[in-house]
Amino acid sequence: MKKFEKKLWLWLSIMVLLSPLGIILPEKFGVEGAWGEWSLDVLEKLLGYTPEGLKKTADIWKAPIPDYNFGGESALLSTKIISYMVSGIIGIVLASVAVIIISKLLFKKDK
Amino acid sequence: MHIPDGYLSPQTYVPLYGVSIAFWGLALRRIKKEMSTKQIPYLAMAAAFSFLIQMFNIPIPGGTTGHAVGAGIIALLLGPWTAVIAVSVVFIIQTFVFGDGGITAIGANCFNMAIVMPFVAFWTFNLLKGSSQKGARVTTAAFLSGYVGLTAAALCAAFMFGIQPVIASGPDGRPLYAPYPLSIAIPAVAMGHLLLFSIVEGVMTVMIMKYFLKHKSMLIYSMREVDHEEV
Repeated sequence: MKKFEKKLWLWLSIMVLLSPLGIILPEKFGVEGAWGEWSLDVLEKLLGYTPEGLKKTADIWKAPIPDYNFGGESALLSTKIISYMVSGIIGIVLASVAVIIISKLLFKKDK
Repeated sequence: MHIPDGYLSPQTYVPLYGVSIAFWGLALRRIKKEMSTKQIPYLAMAAAFSFLIQMFNIPIPGGTTGHAVGAGIIALLLGPWTAVIAVSVVFIIQTFVFGDGGITAIGANCFNMAIVMPFVAFWTFNLLKGSSQKGARVTTAAFLSGYVGLTAAALCAAFMFGIQPVIASGPDGRPLYAPYPLSIAIPAVAMGHLLLFSIVEGVMTVMIMKYFLKHKSMLIYSMREVDHEEV
C-alpha cells in the first residue's frame, strides 16, 4: 500500500474511534432521531393512529444489527458505544470489500 | 434522511428503484471507461468514508438529528459517477445490515443521497470555481458544493414524504404512508439542513478538499482539465 493511502486509512480509523460521538451527543441533548424516521409506536403517539400501509410494510426487514447496536435499546451506554465502533468497522469492511469486488468484476470484463 | 420502510407508497418507491438502477448501469459503464485500476483503493476508501461520516449524528437541541453524507466531496475527488456507486453501496449495506433506511426505499434513498447529491455538488463546484485552481474561490466553491448538495438531497426526501398524503389515502381519508403534507415536511427537513447539517457537510468538504490539494492534487477529478466536460 502506498504511503498516502496508509495515511488516509489512518484518518478513517480515527473516525471509527470518534464515531460514538454520533450517539453520545444526541443522547446528551435528549434528541431522539431524524425527522421522518420514527418507529411505529412513536408515530402512533404523534398522530393518534398508525397509517395502514405504513403498518404493513414498516417491519418487513429484520436487520442483524439494528441501529448499529448489539445490545438492544435498553443496553448500557458503554455497550452502545462499543457496538457503534464495531458497527463502524463492520461497515467499512463490507463497503470497501463490496466496492473492490464490483471494480474487479468491471475491469475483468475488459480483457 | 434515510427513508424507512412504510413511509413511501409503491407508486413512489417502484419508479425510484427504476431510476436508481438506470443510474447504476450508466455509472458502471462510465467508471469502466474513465477509471484506472490504480484508483480502486480510493473508491474503497470513499465508500468507507461515507459510511463513517454518516455515523456522526448531529443533534439540534429540542429538535431532530441529522448528519453529513460525504457524497459531495467524493464526487469532487473521484467524479460524480464514481460517487454514485461508492455511496449507493453504503446505503445498501446500511439498510440490510443495520436497518438504517428501508429495503423498499433503497431506490429512493440512493436517488436522493447517491445520485442527486453528488451531481448537484459537482455542478455547483464547477460552476463556482471557474478556472481557479486554489484560493478563496475554490474554498467557497467547495463549501457551497457540500452545502447545496446535501440540502438538495434533503429537499428531495422531504418532497417524497410530503406528496404521500396526496397520492395515497385510505377510504377514511387518512394517509396510508408518510402522514405529513409538503407544507410540514419541507420546512421540517429544510430547517435543520439549512441551519446546521449542510453547514457541517460544507465545512467537511472544504477540509478534505484542502487536504487533497495540499497532498495529492493530481488525484482530484474536478481539478483535472480533461475528460469530464460532458458530465
